[in-house]
Amino acid sequence: MMSVIGLMTLTLLAIAAIATVMASNLFISSMWFGIFSLLMASNFFILDAADVALTEAAVGAGVSTVLFMGALALTGDKEVKNKLNWLAVVVLGVLAFALFIATFDQPRLGDPNAPVHMHVAPWYLEQTPNLINIPNVVTAILASFRGYDTLGEVLVIFTAGIGVLSVLGFKPKHRPVTSGEAFGEKVRGVQHHAILRVVGKLVIPVLMLFALVVQFHGKYTPGGGFSAGALFAAAVMLYGILEGADRSSKAMPQLAMLRLAAFGATLYAGVGLVCMLLGGAFLDYNVLWPDPLIGQYVGILLVEFGVGLTVTTVLIMIFNAIANRPTY
Amino acid sequence: MTLLGLYNYWIYILLLVVGLYAVLVKSNYVKRMIGLGIFQAAVFLLFISMDKVEGGTGPIIRGIPDPDQLFSNPLPQVLILTAIVVGIAVTALGLALAIRIREEYGTIEENEIRRQDHEA
Repeated sequence: MMSVIGLMTLTLLAIAAIATVMASNLFISSMWFGIFSLLMASNFFILDAADVALTEAAVGAGVSTVLFMGALALTGDKEVKNKLNWLAVVVLGVLAFALFIATFDQPRLGDPNAPVHMHVAPWYLEQTPNLINIPNVVTAILASFRGYDTLGEVLVIFTAGIGVLSVLGFKPKHRPVTSGEAFGEKVRGVQHHAILRVVGKLVIPVLMLFALVVQFHGKYTPGGGFSAGALFAAAVMLYGILEGADRSSKAMPQLAMLRLAAFGATLYAGVGLVCMLLGGAFLDYNVLWPDPLIGQYVGILLVEFGVGLTVTTVLIMIFNAIANRPTY
Repeated sequence: MTLLGLYNYWIYILLLVVGLYAVLVKSNYVKRMIGLGIFQAAVFLLFISMDKVEGGTGPIIRGIPDPDQLFSNPLPQVLILTAIVVGIAVTALGLALAIRIREEYGTIEENEIRRQDHEA
C-alpha cells in the first residue's frame, strides 16, 4: 500500500517535470529542475532510502542548480521555441504504452517477495553485522563489499573534473566585476543584498560542519563520502555566490583542488594496494589490522575520506571554472 | 488497491518520456541537459522503488538485529547513490561544452549552429 504523502509527492514530481520541460525561459526551467530534485529527494526518503535522499538533496537541488545558473549566465536564458515534433510524440507514446503494459507484470511496491529481495540482498543484510560490523549496510556495501565499483565511480568523477578543465581551460580568467549601476559603485556577488549576505554567511559554517558529520558519521547514520563531498562543495559555492566567485577561487585555488582530487582517488587505490602488500586481495580490508573487524573499520574510514575529498574538490573545481569565466 | 502499487512505475514512465522528449526535440543544449537530468531521475526512481519493503525501515542495523525487523534492500540504494554523483559530473561536462559552443558560435541552439556550419 502506498501512503497518501507518497502518492502526493509522486504526482508533484510529474507536474514539476512537465513544468521544467515546458518553461521556455531557461532560468525558470532550471529553478523548476531544482524543485524537481528536492521532490525526488523526499520521494527517496519515503521509499526508505535515506542515504540516497541526502545525496540527491545536496547534489540535485543544491550543486546542479548552481551549475545551471552559472552556465546560464554565460549562455543566455532565452530558448527558441521548437515546434511540436509529432514523430517524437508518436514514438514516445508507443514507448510509454509498451512500458505501461509491462508494469502489470511487475511486483507491487513494497512486496517483500519481489524477486529483487530474494537473491543476494538478504545475505548482505545478514552478514554485514558479522563481517563488517558497522550499522549502515549501504555504507558497508558501498565502501567494502562493492569497493571496486566505488573506486570506478571515483575515477569517473575525477575524469569529469579533468574534462571540464580541459574544455574551459585551467586558469580562470577573472570575470570583470559586475557593476551595480543602480548604486553607482562596483559590487561583486550579491554583496549589495544585506539580508542574503548575513543569512547566507550564517549558513556556511553550519553546512560545513554538517558535511563533516555526514562524512565521518556515515557508518552509523545515513551519509558517506558522496553526500558529504556534495554538501561541502555546496558550502563553498554558497560563499562564491555571496562574495563573488573570484574570492571563492582564491580561497580554493584550482591547482590545490586538482591535486587534492588526485590525492583522494590515489588514497582509495592506495588502500587497495596496501591490502595487497599485506597479503590480502585488492581492497580486502581484513588484513589492515590484526582484528579483521577493525581492519574493515579503518579501510572504510580511509576510502570514504578519499571519496569525499575527490567529490568535494572536483565539484569546487567545476564551479570555479564555470563561475570565473568572462562573459562575452 | 493492488493497482495503486504500480503508481511508482507509471510516474517513472512519465518522467522517462518527458525527459526523452526534451533530449530528442529541444534544440537548446542547456534544455537538453535538463531533459537528460529528468531522464536519469526516472531511472533512479525505478531503482529506488524496487528497494522498498512494506513495514521495513532503512538498512541501518543497530545492536543485535531483531529477526522480525524488515529492512529495505540496500543494493539498489548503493547503485543509485553513486549514479547521482556521476550524473552531476556528466551534467557539468555537458554544460562546459555548451559554454564553449556559445563562445564559438554565439548561440546554443542546434538549428542555428547547423545553419552556420552549413554556410561556412
